Amino acid sequence: MSKMQNSKTQGRKTQNAIALPILLALTCGLVLASQPYQKVFAQQPVPTPSDDQVNQIAHQLYCPVCEDTHLDVCPTEACRQWRDLIRQQLSQGWTEQQIKQYFVQQYGVRVLDEPPQTGLNWLIYILPPVIILAGAFILFRALRMWTKPGSASAASGSKDETVKDEYVARFEEELKKRK
Amino acid sequence: MVADIGYGVIFIAFLVALYSVGAAIYGDRTKSAGWVESARRAMLLLWPLISISAAALIYLLVTNHFEVSFVYEVISRDMPTYLKITAWWGGQAGSLVFWSWLMSAFASLVTLRKWDRDREFLPWVIVVTSLTTAFFLALVVFYENPFAEFWRGPDGKLIADASGNAIKSMFAPMLNASLAIPTDGNGLNPFLRNPGMIIHPPMLYLGFVSFVIPFAFAIAALITGRTDDRWIRITRRWTLWAWLFLSCGLVLGSRWAYDVLGWGGFWGWDPVEIAALMPWLTGTAFLHSVMIQEKRGMLKQWNMLLIILTYALVIFGTFLTRSGILSSVHAFAESAIGPAFFTFIGITFVGSIALLIYRWPDLRGETEMKSMLSREALFLLNNLLFISVLVVCFWGVVFPIISEIFTGQKVTVGPPFYQTATGPLFAGLMLLMGVAPLSAWGHSSLKTLGRAIWKSVIAALVITIFLFFTYTANPIALVAFFLVAMVILVTLQEFWRGTAARMKAQSENAFTAFWRLVGRDRRRYGGYVIHLSMMLMAIGILGINLFQIQTQGTVPVNSSLSLGGYTVKYDSVAQFPGPDGQQVTRAVVSVYQGNNYLGDLYPRIDYYPTEKQNMTIPGDRPTLKDDLYIILVDWQPTSTNGATFKIFVNPLVNWLWIGAIIFLFGIIFAAWPDRDAERVPARSHHIHQPDANQTGAAD
Amino acid sequence: MNESTLSTPRRGVPLWAQIIIWVSLLALLGIVAVELNRSQQGQVGRGDKISNFTMPLFSGYELNGQNQFNLADYHGKVVMVNFWASWCKPCEQEAADLEQAWQFYRSDGRVVFVGVDYVDTEPKARAYLAKFSITFPNGPDLGTRVSQLFRIKGVPETYFIDPQGILQYAQIGPFSSVDDIKSIINPLLK
Repeated sequence: MSKMQNSKTQGRKTQNAIALPILLALTCGLVLASQPYQKVFAQQPVPTPSDDQVNQIAHQLYCPVCEDTHLDVCPTEACRQWRDLIRQQLSQGWTEQQIKQYFVQQYGVRVLDEPPQTGLNWLIYILPPVIILAGAFILFRALRMWTKPGSASAASGSKDETVKDEYVARFEEELKKRK
Repeated sequence: MVADIGYGVIFIAFLVALYSVGAAIYGDRTKSAGWVESARRAMLLLWPLISISAAALIYLLVTNHFEVSFVYEVISRDMPTYLKITAWWGGQAGSLVFWSWLMSAFASLVTLRKWDRDREFLPWVIVVTSLTTAFFLALVVFYENPFAEFWRGPDGKLIADASGNAIKSMFAPMLNASLAIPTDGNGLNPFLRNPGMIIHPPMLYLGFVSFVIPFAFAIAALITGRTDDRWIRITRRWTLWAWLFLSCGLVLGSRWAYDVLGWGGFWGWDPVEIAALMPWLTGTAFLHSVMIQEKRGMLKQWNMLLIILTYALVIFGTFLTRSGILSSVHAFAESAIGPAFFTFIGITFVGSIALLIYRWPDLRGETEMKSMLSREALFLLNNLLFISVLVVCFWGVVFPIISEIFTGQKVTVGPPFYQTATGPLFAGLMLLMGVAPLSAWGHSSLKTLGRAIWKSVIAALVITIFLFFTYTANPIALVAFFLVAMVILVTLQEFWRGTAARMKAQSENAFTAFWRLVGRDRRRYGGYVIHLSMMLMAIGILGINLFQIQTQGTVPVNSSLSLGGYTVKYDSVAQFPGPDGQQVTRAVVSVYQGNNYLGDLYPRIDYYPTEKQNMTIPGDRPTLKDDLYIILVDWQPTSTNGATFKIFVNPLVNWLWIGAIIFLFGIIFAAWPDRDAERVPARSHHIHQPDANQTGAAD
Repeated sequence: MNESTLSTPRRGVPLWAQIIIWVSLLALLGIVAVELNRSQQGQVGRGDKISNFTMPLFSGYELNGQNQFNLADYHGKVVMVNFWASWCKPCEQEAADLEQAWQFYRSDGRVVFVGVDYVDTEPKARAYLAKFSITFPNGPDLGTRVSQLFRIKGVPETYFIDPQGILQYAQIGPFSSVDDIKSIINPLLK
């Protein structure tokens, strides 16, 4: 009996050992792979930048005046001026980085669609992974505790509970139907 | 006069709600059924009262009573009547009345059920629902009164504040004052005059309000110490309907954004959208996690926490979108109700958590799991992922506030953060959707799972390789499509295996077997349909997010723009007045694919002179493969000499809407009561034939 | 049957967990409360002390030859801070009046006008200034620092600071006439 349990334990341990890394690896792989696929290349000086080139940069900026509106869709007069400004800067050969830098300097960091990775802002990038990993850690520890084969009596006890619960459940369903 | 009635009735309703709370508590403490019944009747009185007030408000809206401030703010003479009615929820004050109306309706529905077995819950359910209703009524009575009016002093001058804004008041601010009646109103925001926008707020409110019911029962369970899963069984259907409404609200909001906002997308990750998404995340986690409690008696504490979180997020979300706290530097509409909301959230959340901590030991279940791959374990992983998405969303919304307080610097957290952070989490959820249906309650091993899943995995791989050669080389897209294919195949396989087992066992034909199979376990198979619909929606979301292309250009008449194989030729433009008082500028473009003429589209700009606002309505050509989406760029002049068009090609996006419709059917099916258990014919050689895939019992 | 429940003692939430929960909850509520408070604050009001700030000035619009405006330098004088933008239509209503008032007060020496160009582009700003022949010092509100200091809610807004550095009057919206401006400044000069 104990030998069977040992091999069962071994089997479970192996499957746990396999399952977790697989899920973790998949998650990590997806995190890495989900970096923006399309890289942006520096703009060359062009005679008249097209609307598309202007929009490509404007889309990454927020309108400094309106609320929660990207610069490429904002219909106000001011935004039209800013798009013209971007067009002018592009035709002078400014890179995307330079244009964004200019907007930050003029209107503050909030025009960017992502906080720059300076100062306190690293907190926004660090905290979610930390909390998620902490949650995963808690979960796996809990699962480990619950799947411990040591509490064999508890196992059989709760199996009865489970079965009993199912019977109770079915009984309740019957009762409900009779109402 | 009507306004006075409207306000008076709401005020009375507020007092009645407070009485209901008090009587229920008193009745429970003194074990007096009479007081509890009185509380119940008081609560039943709320909906009729609020209906009278709502009727008064609608009457005032429809009859153009512009001296009433709310009427002035949201309608104008040129609006059609049906829009005047929907303007009820088109402004802050009216929408609070609407919220209260819905809340009281649902609370009444709950109390009309049979309570024989759950008498002890009743007082506390009344307390929670009436308290919530009382809160929203208090906001109307004290802060945002839709019936407040404009006044003139005895000298005939408008009574206004220092900036010249007319003062709104319910009662005459001075002796001999008379009502000041403007000739016309501001009119409804043009964005709200669209069918999608008309039902989106009601749908969202329905979702929010119906989640209060499971919460009420949870609190009742905590207070009375009835820590078994009775409260879950009672509210099982409520949760499903709440989830349905909330999901519909989100989908409708997305569709509206796509149709009317004219930026070629449907979800911008802005704080208001996220505020509505967060309760949906915990609600979905809750939906799954209660199944574990029902089947295995585990996770009682966790389920309590989830429903408490959902309620808190519902109120918090309503607070975020109304209090002005999330607005940018131009927060022109700070509302005085912010602090009131904050106090209410603070008290209810702290109270609920304290209650949960108090009852913590009583909620311990028989937590025993056989395997890390059992369905319980996978459901827990599902919960972890949903909560992780919640953490990302919440942190993204709260961080700008923290940054401003501690560094004085305002930052914006935009789509890139959310997309990068939630992408892998959603992928993980898709993976789970493909694996969990094959896993059994109680016990599953890598071997049994592997055996069940390998065919789908291989088939999904084949499909992915096919897509690699024919559609895209983008690795994210390929991984995502692999997961989507796997989930769809696994889910269809479940339907097939069940049907096949019945066909063999009951000697039924395929159709009957299928029909009886899903009829006997609507929750499971409705759930599978929902998963399938989610995968269709995922296809749409992936298509537009990964493969959208756009271009913008200014062309004179008879010239064209090209994008993604389509050629769009500018044919003509016309200007004419519209049915709603707007001035319409409409362009006609013809669409070609190669040399094939596909049809005409009519992008237009509607200008609303009263509100001085433009609406850009796209010309849209939906197909299963993609969506050709053309807008007239409204900040450039439009004439025959040149019009500026912005063209999007959004691949696969229509699967999102198709999936949403199937989703609707899936939930309705899942919520429908099962057909009666079959009467097994006496001559059958089986007493009870377990389903081949209900492996829980097989152990 | 209930051996498992008997063997594990009835434990509430452990103390360390409770501390973490309550502290983080209160921290969260605290943060929201603080932010709520801030967003409820209106613009700076009468009686508020205006903290010192610096601002670059457009070339051609310097003050006393300096191309940086430093509020501390003008302690002891009446300072008028006017927020505007070239894309702001109501601002045009008061532009001529402001320039006229400046012409009236500049020789006095006890009054300083400074225009703050809010969220704008320099070419358009210059065109606006030229259109109304504005000569008083003007500069861009880089990074919106100055407007955040005054917590403005829109443009145009004009703030009057007395010689002690205390705000005495806030004009929200455009002025209707030069006399309105004078009626605010004159009492401050006494």
